[in-house]
Amino acid sequence: MFDFTVVTQWVDEMLRQLLPAPLVNATEFVLVGICLLVAYAVMALGLIYAERKVCAFFQCRLGPNRVGPYGMVQTVTDMIKMLIKEIIEINHVDRFLFNLAPYIVIIASLLAFSCIPFAKGLEIIDFNVGIFFLIAVSSIGIVGILLAGWASNNKFSLIGAMRSGAQMISYELSIGLSILTMVVLTGSMQLSTIVESQADGWFIFKGHIPAFIAFVIYLIAGTAETNRGPFDLPEAESELTAGYHTEYSGMHFGFFYVAEFVNMFIVAAVATTLFWGGWMPLHIPGWESFNAIMDYIPPILWFLGKSAVMVFIIMWFKWTFPRLRIDQLLTLEWKYLLPINLCNLFLMVFIVVFKLHF
Amino acid sequence: MSITLPQVVFLFLATVIVIFSILTVTTKRILRSATYLLFVLFATAGIYFELNYSFLGAVQLTVYAGGIIVLYVFSILLTSSDSQKVEKIKNSKFFAGILAAIGGAAICIFITMTHSFPVSHFVPGELNQKVIGTALMGTEKYQYLLPFELISVLLLACIIGGILIARKR
Repeated sequence: MFDFTVVTQWVDEMLRQLLPAPLVNATEFVLVGICLLVAYAVMALGLIYAERKVCAFFQCRLGPNRVGPYGMVQTVTDMIKMLIKEIIEINHVDRFLFNLAPYIVIIASLLAFSCIPFAKGLEIIDFNVGIFFLIAVSSIGIVGILLAGWASNNKFSLIGAMRSGAQMISYELSIGLSILTMVVLTGSMQLSTIVESQADGWFIFKGHIPAFIAFVIYLIAGTAETNRGPFDLPEAESELTAGYHTEYSGMHFGFFYVAEFVNMFIVAAVATTLFWGGWMPLHIPGWESFNAIMDYIPPILWFLGKSAVMVFIIMWFKWTFPRLRIDQLLTLEWKYLLPINLCNLFLMVFIVVFKLHF
Repeated sequence: MSITLPQVVFLFLATVIVIFSILTVTTKRILRSATYLLFVLFATAGIYFELNYSFLGAVQLTVYAGGIIVLYVFSILLTSSDSQKVEKIKNSKFFAGILAAIGGAAICIFITMTHSFPVSHFVPGELNQKVIGTALMGTEKYQYLLPFELISVLLLACIIGGILIARKR
């Protein structure tokens, strides 16, 4: 399998020959930052295009099809439009908070994005509390959404923000508990270790029943956490115009939009890492030649492919189910998912203690 | 005297903490105050990360930035409106506040100055997760199961109390 540390070490050695030692670190920080931002932006563009196409096919339409082959350049042109649009100043708003809110949302999303292990040796932040750090930084985004709703000085925005806050606080519990279930199985919170320990079988197979329940709960809670349909009542357009980002224009709106899409990818990527083996290729014990062929597919393709399937499932949710009411949403979380999750955690502990997993 | 990179980072974080702490108590708008407090908590988490104690840093982010501040903002949204400005503080309250602040600062400075910080205890590199876990969940000396359980009972009591007060008869 291709190890990405070869590339990073090569860059490092080249920089060390060219520059004095203190500058090398600084240059590498900047390089990593630029790579991260570019990957983030490209990911967002790809996801927006995919969302439009998938949505169109679900509704028996063609979707974007004019700009470029199959309309693939459409989102790029939309991005350019968004970048050069005017950012409108609203009267009677708390300008500082109003302008701050999109940045909090995007920074939280970017920090979570940088934790994801894309391929062997291709991860930026790899703490030994990796997955916990990921939950921690992604929870900051709620503050941005609440501030945006408040600072807009608009009742609809405020209602949207309140709904979003209630929803995200509730569903964070489910996400945390289902991740904890998998951490019990792994015995580690470091993302690279989690992926490495799935070399002889993905956790969805290793942890069988509790892992599968945790996966389903994680996917539901993850969809709710990213404010996507059928849980998109923070921005229910029929009731609230556009929810917390009604008053935003130009790139400030773009930040919310992009962060929402990349958050969906982050949810999918974490699901891939925790349940479906991350960048580990599919191995079936005993089938030596099959395993060898699977090893030839580069890890990054494995990772992106699995994440794409997860993203597709989340989009499928959105275009299949009708939107929930706020009381139904909270009932689902507090009366169903949370008790099931706690029992599931107990079941997983039982299975791990008595070594009933594979 | 040359300044190393960790010192620069520490000075930056310390400046952020001081500036935003002052702004938190001096601003007139309550939601801005909560936002400044958020920055203070971020910078504190930054200091933990600088100490390579990423577990505590992540806890700081989840519990304070993601939990407490969200609850603050949430309750502010539920209870007050934007036009509502803080009322003028009475002189007696002002002086009592100043006295309490000076007293608190004096105690903190006294303890920091007199306490001897053992340098040898600092282990470079990330702290192993298992060490934290056993320290938190052990029953021996210098292990913290009893305080942990006591605090959880206290929190449970707080939750029940809150529900009792909030519930309509």
